[in-house]
Amino acid sequence: MNLAFRDVRHNLFRFLLTCLGLGLLMTVVLAMMGIYNGLVADALNIVKAPQADLWVVEAETQGPFAEASKIPGDTRDAVARLHGVAQAGSITYQTVEAPFEGATLRLYVIGYERGRLGGPQTIIRGRGLEASHFELVADAKTGLVPGDTLILGRNRFTVVGLVRDTMNSGGDPAVFLTLADAQVLQTQLAPPAARVQAARGASVTSGATVAAVIARLDPNVDAQNVAHTVRQWKHLSALTQAEQEDILIKSVVDKARKQIGLFLGILLTVSAVVIALIIYTMTMEKLKQIATLKLIGASDRVIIGLIVQQSLALGAVGLTLGLGLILTVKDYFPRRVLLEPVNALALAGIILVVCVLASGLGVRAALKVDPATALGG
Amino acid sequence: MTDDSRRVIVDIKGVAKHYGDGEARVDALRNVDLRVHAGEVVALLGPSGSGKTTLLNIIGCIIDPSEGQVSLDGEMVYDGKWLRGDLRRLRLDKIGFIFQAHNLLPFLNATDNVALVLQLAGKTPAQAQARAQELLDYLEVGHRARAMPALLSGGEAQRVAIARALANSPRIILADEPTAALDSKRAGIVMDLLRKLSSEQDACIIAVTHDEKILDRFDRLFHLRDGRLENDKGDTP
Repeated sequence: MNLAFRDVRHNLFRFLLTCLGLGLLMTVVLAMMGIYNGLVADALNIVKAPQADLWVVEAETQGPFAEASKIPGDTRDAVARLHGVAQAGSITYQTVEAPFEGATLRLYVIGYERGRLGGPQTIIRGRGLEASHFELVADAKTGLVPGDTLILGRNRFTVVGLVRDTMNSGGDPAVFLTLADAQVLQTQLAPPAARVQAARGASVTSGATVAAVIARLDPNVDAQNVAHTVRQWKHLSALTQAEQEDILIKSVVDKARKQIGLFLGILLTVSAVVIALIIYTMTMEKLKQIATLKLIGASDRVIIGLIVQQSLALGAVGLTLGLGLILTVKDYFPRRVLLEPVNALALAGIILVVCVLASGLGVRAALKVDPATALGG
Repeated sequence: MTDDSRRVIVDIKGVAKHYGDGEARVDALRNVDLRVHAGEVVALLGPSGSGKTTLLNIIGCIIDPSEGQVSLDGEMVYDGKWLRGDLRRLRLDKIGFIFQAHNLLPFLNATDNVALVLQLAGKTPAQAQARAQELLDYLEVGHRARAMPALLSGGEAQRVAIARALANSPRIILADEPTAALDSKRAGIVMDLLRKLSSEQDACIIAVTHDEKILDRFDRLFHLRDGRLENDKGDTP
């Protein structure tokens, strides 16, 4: 006869209510895990999307994701001529705000050369850029759909296609423009003093610059060797794909990652305390019944089983509810919530340990109960 | 029923129990001797704090005496120390408890409350269920076998509690105010039932009670005064 199950069945509503509370807590924990994963995945997506092997950037900078990088627009030709380079493409990045249907969209604009590296990888709806100007491909998170039009700078752009999961480390969804449009946009959004100079006919450097040149190398070519060659050029530097990803994680995402990690730690501690408190209270409410069980001859194993099994059931149902809830609502979060099976398994492991430790408090109280308590007097 | 030739089930000699030391010492029991025979139903009487529950706890192997010897069903179980390592098993095999407030487990139905004791003693679930139903039928609450304790009347709950106490056919039944929660009619019925059971199962029943209406149902009455035991004639038993 399973006493834990019978007790749960007898107080089913209260048990489920407690599980629901715990489930909501688990939802928050899983959401934090998902946001953390999403943050890293989004940041890496943007750098992985061009499928480049080499990033040529401004000297003494860490590339366009960590700090501002401006290199001459003709750098791509020089890079493309290097031995071992299969393809090269110029690319620009900038964050803009654009009005759309009464709201303001914050967008991460990626300018690339059509037919070269750096464009959208998989179009989930519509098509890629075909015209030289005034078309854009947007991430689905922008809420834009093919056919929508949007004013960027002084020009109206038409959305022709959608991509998924393309955003910067700040969570701003990306839009892809042709490099020419993106450079014009940089000029139009440049500081007023620069615009005045441009009106006077002075050279407009921003229009001729790009953030980076990306290159795909021939098979069996060592990226470090090519990077070494580029670093010998004046005003330029080069990063391999691995170095670029590493910089992105360490310098851009790291603080946010630590912040979320710390918050996750606090949440798990709170969850552990809550679980311990619930189990301890559940045990204290049953002390008279435990005394009766001891008096009629129940072994310590039976009593420990009653408490530990209920504790594990509470953790398991709470975790299942939490998992169900986060999977239901994760797409409504403004930032991507990316849950991997390993997260659920890790949390299940943590909850298992917490439940066993927490039930230790209840078990301790239960084993100290004097069977004479059942007799009274 | 006081025929001394019958088998002695509870035999206590020189039992004392004190708490604390020095000036703070409280003597709950002093040099208590008590013999109860198979088939006997005896009552422990006395005001609050006189040591009734302490004596019941010692017989039930729940607390240690400070001095003396305790023999249960022919087995010396305490002589300066417990002679059995597993007192839980001793209680399970030899002693049944009936409580003032029945103390049925609220999450088990009537049958399962009885069957639990049998399963703890090693019976299979099927054997335990069959024996529990048999006992409930015997105590005329078989029709309430599936009812949860909260849905039983006071009398029904006390009968289920008695069935639980009898489940492993114990030789000693300890009852703490077994009729306190019942009206006088039901109290009489429960006492008649206990008498019948003690006689049929050759067990002894030791009950703590304050209920004067049922005193005539006991074979012997023992009074505890300041930790000393006297029988109904005022003699030390």
